[in-house]
Formats: sequence, C-alpha cells, structure tokens
Amino acid sequence: MSDKTGKTEQNRLSVFKTYKLYVGGKFPRSESGRVYEVTDSQGNWLANAPLSSRKDARDAVVAARKAFGGWSGATAYNRGQVLYRVAEMLEGRRGQFVHEVADAEGLSKSKAAAQVDAAIDRWVWYAGWTDKIAQVVGGGNPVAGPYFNLSSPEPTGVVAVLAPQESSFLGLVSVIAPVIATGNTAVVVASERSPLPALSLGEVLATSDVPGGVVNVLSGRTAEIAAPLAAHQDVNAIDLAGADEILAKELEIAAADNLKRVLRPQPVDDWSATPGIDRMTAFLETKTVWHPTGSLGASGSAY
Amino acid sequence: MYTRYARRYARLVTMSTAAPHALADAAASDSTLRRFLHGLPGVDAVGLEARAASLGTRSIKTTAKAYAIDLAISMVDLTTLEGADTPGKVRALGAKAVHPDPTDRTTPATAAVCVYPDMVATAKAAVAGSSVKVASVATAFPAGRAPLSVKLADVREAVAAGADEIDMVIDRGAFLSGHYLKVYEEIVAVKEACGAARLKVIFETGELSTYDNIRRASWLGMLAGADFIKTSTGKVAVNATPANTLLMLEAVRDFRAQTGVQVGVKPAGGIRTSKDAIKFLVLVNETAGEDWLDNHWFRFGASSLLNDLLMQRQKLATGRYSGPDYVTVD
Repeated sequence: MSDKTGKTEQNRLSVFKTYKLYVGGKFPRSESGRVYEVTDSQGNWLANAPLSSRKDARDAVVAARKAFGGWSGATAYNRGQVLYRVAEMLEGRRGQFVHEVADAEGLSKSKAAAQVDAAIDRWVWYAGWTDKIAQVVGGGNPVAGPYFNLSSPEPTGVVAVLAPQESSFLGLVSVIAPVIATGNTAVVVASERSPLPALSLGEVLATSDVPGGVVNVLSGRTAEIAAPLAAHQDVNAIDLAGADEILAKELEIAAADNLKRVLRPQPVDDWSATPGIDRMTAFLETKTVWHPTGSLGASGSAY
Repeated sequence: MYTRYARRYARLVTMSTAAPHALADAAASDSTLRRFLHGLPGVDAVGLEARAASLGTRSIKTTAKAYAIDLAISMVDLTTLEGADTPGKVRALGAKAVHPDPTDRTTPATAAVCVYPDMVATAKAAVAGSSVKVASVATAFPAGRAPLSVKLADVREAVAAGADEIDMVIDRGAFLSGHYLKVYEEIVAVKEACGAARLKVIFETGELSTYDNIRRASWLGMLAGADFIKTSTGKVAVNATPANTLLMLEAVRDFRAQTGVQVGVKPAGGIRTSKDAIKFLVLVNETAGEDWLDNHWFRFGASSLLNDLLMQRQKLATGRYSGPDYVTVD
C-alpha cells in the first residue's frame, strides 16, 4: 500500500502557482499581459510574476482612492481588529511564507521562520497602535484664550509604498502596516527581485476583513512602476524605501509637483528591531481645531 | 439591408404623394405601421453584441486619442436630473459646460446642458452668450405616465422658457402592448409642440426587452419625425450599451439611405469613462460614418463622464495621471 502511494506521488504532475497582482480586492494579471521570471538566491527559477505596467499602477491608485473613504472613516478600534485578523491569517499560512522567504532570501528554514514570526508580531504591534497613535501625537493644546484647541492626526490619503528590495517579507510588512494602521490606503510595489511573499500577502489580506483596495500589491520593475506613481496627481504620499539613491532623487522631483509627502529611503540594518512610530507619523497630517468654550456666556465674544 | 425594405414597401412608397419622405405612408394606420415595424428584419443578438464588442477593442492612442477626447467633450449633454437640483447647481453646471476645464481654455465647450423644464430659464441664463445649448427633458420624464395634454403642456413650457432641445420619453406601455400608432401620434404631437426646438426621443431601451423592439422603436421614432433618437433616461438599471447604440446607429444609417433624412443618436446613462466614450465614437464612425461625428448628430447624455474626459485630457497634456482633486465635483 505504502509502496503504491509512493509511486503515485512520484508520477504526480507539478501544480505550479500562478502569482497574480492584488488590486481592488481582486487578483488580476498585469494589464500588459507581461510576466517576468523570479529566481531564488541561487538563480533557480521559482515562478513567473506579473510585470506591471503604468496602467496597472493607475488602476491601483483608483482602487486605493475608492477604498480610502471607508478605511479612513472606520474607527481606529475596528482597524486594529482588522489588522490583528491579518496576523491571525498569516499565522495559519506560516509554513508557506517560511518557504517563500527562505527561497527568496537564501535563508535557512529556521532563519526564515524567525523572519516570518517577526513579521506576524509586527502586524500585531501595529494593530495595537491604531487606537493609541492619536493620544500620542494628538492632544489638547493650552492656548491663551477662551478656546479649546485640539490637534488630531488624520491619514494623508493614498500612499505609494516602494517595498524594501532586500527584506522581502519582514521589510514589506514593516512598511505596509504603519501606512494602513493610521487609515491610509496603499499601493505597494513589491521587491523587484523577490516579489513572491508580497503577492502571497495579497491573498492573506483578501481573506482577512481588510476591505478591497486598502492594500494593492504590484510586482515588476520598481523604476517603471514608481515613476507614474510619483508623478500621479491623485497620490498623496510616497515611501521611497525600495528606491536606490538615483531613483529616489528622480522620484522626489516628480513627487514635488503636487506636494506629495515623501519619506526618503532610510538605511535599515535590522528590520527586526522595534520600529518606533516614525513610519506612522510620516503619513499623518495634524488637524487642529479651535473651539470656543462656553465660559464666556452671552456677554463675551460670540465668535 | 435597406434595399429589402424598399422592395417590400415599394408599393407603399410609390403611393406616397405629398409625403415628407418615402416612408410616410407606413404610418397611415395602426395596421400599416405594425406591418412595417414587424416587417423589419430581426436582430441577430449574438452577432450584434459580438460586433459591438469587436469594435470596442480598437486601440486609439496619442493624437487620435486627443482628437477623440476633444470630440467627446464637445458631444456631452451635461446632465443634472435630480429631485434635489437647485438653481445654484444648474448655474454651476452651466459654467462648467461653457468652460469644462477652467485651467485650460483650449478645452472645447460641451454641446448642451440637460435639465428639468423648471430649470430651463436658469440654465439658459447660465450659458448665455456661448455655443452651449439648453436641452430639457419633458413629457413627464422619466416614466412618461401622464395624459397627453399634460405632456404637451410640459413641452410648451420648456420651449417657452428657452429650451433649444426637448428630450421626450415614449409611452413604453403603449409600445409594449402594440399600440404603435398611439406612440407615433404622441411623438408627432410633441414634435409639433417643439416648434423650432430639436426633438430627442428617448426609448428607454432597458425597458423594451428585446433588440427587435429597439429596432422597431428606432424606426417608429424616425418615421414620426424625431431629430435624435436616444437610448435611455439614465433612471433604470440598463442604460446605454455599445450593442443597443450600435443597433440605433444602423437604424439611422439605413433611414438616411432610404429617405435622405439624417437623424442623430444619443446614448445616455452608464457611460462613465473616456475609454467607453471612445468606444462609442468608434461605433459611430464604423457604422453611421463620419457625417455623424459631430455634436449636431451625436451626443453623450452624461454627467460624470465629463470629469473623466477632462482628467484624460490633462494626462495627455502633462504626461501625469490626474486625479479627481483637479476637476469640479458636481
């Protein structure tokens, strides 16, 4: 019996996975129909990934814009629950991600597992921040007048995120999670050389209560996709983590046209270190409101 | 195709004496009208949809795209038909129709603004001095369920207030129950009430159930003297589609070949993107021909379409994708 089973397994045809983009809650192929070969660190073929075009970038921005109202309007508590759900779903597919990260980055199984665990813990960490960030960076301001003066952080809008090139999963999570935790929506350009963990993350997001369009994942040549995103008039901010020095400069110039918020690439030696709140505050805008107190009564300024 | 009708109706055609065109006798009575409309060839639904879909695959790029976008802008009937329309909203719409993109004065004006009859005077004042026309829906739009006297009064009021064009709805109930002559006479009466205003006849294709009915309605409308035939009100689930617009374009082409009278076409409702609009222009060019590629003969009934056309126009001019922050919200 066992002999027979062994034989059938040997004869079984391989079932290869077709990696697809994640845009607007759906899994389209690239509009251009192009793919490119993704290899492991030794140069062995792993899969074909979609080679996105500028039109895929445009479609992703439309999807992200459409999702922004609902996501930014959701309560911070609700966003935290949703992000925690992402961590739960990731935990269930841990084996798959360990495998993909090991292939992509040439790590041993145990080191890859450590990366994936750190990434899952990072989702949980940012999930906790969603309803606390406002207390840390917002607040009531003391002013010399009969007013309340309140500052509250608000999401910037659609953020283009160029994922780090080297850390294909922990780095990726570390740039996506802070963007969406604060209520922004994201168009993510996956690591050019190792996009597979990012494309699989799309599948996780699709099954974990994150509304379609909140995160959109594109794979392909970073420079090709990033240029139209940086120049796009309906993108509010761009995280250049995955751009090299020359590309970052070009993109920053293109982004200046509609006054995008730009997060310049910062060297990160160890993605597993505690990230701090900088990546969250980078894509928050502080809204300050003045509100007259009732103490003046009818006799005071009516303003 | 039209030679077949000509043969079938040769007797009727030769009978005509003082008729405005060759097919006038088809509407001599309810029975001749039914015989004519039911004698029209049946529509090959699969073939029609395949043809419309294949014409939608044309790739229109660079200078041709720029031309198509400007042409499409000039064909838009910028429409607001809401219960919540205010004079302020209509004035804003008029200003947008005259200068769709205030940051770029080379943008052509739209063809018309389309409003309810009580807003005609406001709209007329808002577009005064420009080439933009004022169209008004009338005849108890969108249902058309009102006595003829009320419908005619609706039309007369709109014309008196200065409407250049009237968009009427046909009585779908009468059409579907086979009372073609009733529909015909109603269109004739409305046409008369229009005076100098051009008459667009709305069939509400989404309620006509079959392509055969859309073809029959198109011929019925044209026989009755419509200046334009229009797909829909925009108030039902199925509005303008490439297939039903293609069918109507074939009808106006055949009608002109047979009678020498040119009739315009206006798809309305559901056309939201530049890509869709350009597909319709391809249909026009390939079916009716270049003579219809002008806002006197082809219109888009739309509101949100204009913003997408403007964003695409900005993209072509600057090379950067534009966004909804750079066009007006209406």
